[in-house]
Amino acid sequence: MAERPEDLNLPNAVITRIIKEALPDGVNISKEARSAISRAASVFVLYATSCANNFAMKGKRKTLNATDVLSAMEEMEFQRFVTPLKEALEAYRREQKGKKEASEQKKKDKDKKTDSEDQDKSRDEDNDEDEERLEEEEQNEEEEVDN
Amino acid sequence: MADVVVGKDKCGEQRLVLLPLSRIRVIMKSCPEVSSINQEALVLTAKATELLVQYLATLVQYSYRHGSGKEKKVLTYRDLANTAEESETFQFLTDILPKKILAGKYLKMLKEEKREGDEENDDDNGSDHDEAES
Repeated sequence: MAERPEDLNLPNAVITRIIKEALPDGVNISKEARSAISRAASVFVLYATSCANNFAMKGKRKTLNATDVLSAMEEMEFQRFVTPLKEALEAYRREQKGKKEASEQKKKDKDKKTDSEDQDKSRDEDNDEDEERLEEEEQNEEEEVDN
Repeated sequence: MADVVVGKDKCGEQRLVLLPLSRIRVIMKSCPEVSSINQEALVLTAKATELLVQYLATLVQYSYRHGSGKEKKVLTYRDLANTAEESETFQFLTDILPKKILAGKYLKMLKEEKREGDEENDDDNGSDHDEAES
């Protein structure tokens, strides 16, 4: 797969923002240094990916997962990143769970609404069908996420 | 696919990850051996990259301040290249962050190397000559 060179760069605005937030007030960074940090970040992604992939292959898996990335950090001697990364992972998982529950709740509310409007079908049958439909949709969602 | 993790907060709270996941993914996929990437792995790689950027920024600033004793106002490329060279952890960056040298100085270095090489050749020729005689 051929990428244009600029596709492998990270957006300047975001890089600048991260740097500025890390530095105390009044300290700035030259354009050249910022551009160099941006390139370093891209190289870091490649290095980390390659390293993580080795761990995935050792585990005979074709999909890189969170543990592979964490192992890669240790391998690359960036142990200092492991704890904040684990915290970020926990936060991400909680957030995903929250989103899922929220969308499930929305569906239940929506179905209840259609239930009360529809007088002909018996209530029990409807609920069973809805639960089956919900489970199928959940499965589809999960499959889409892991690509 | 969502570009950022965690929706935008109107109160201005920090997002989990600032870097665009789609771009990170493009870079990761450019690795030939990689087949597929789990969403969590993508998020963690993006976060790790942000940590790296922060780390580089603070490292350079810290080393300079404690070296010269002066408050540094602008971090330069040279600071970065020095940091990359001095720290073992950042060895993988030395190729893309080479120290800079003036063209004139470099040409001078090349000339000196060539001269040293020529001198060695002359010595070799001399000893051959001696052996041939004895």
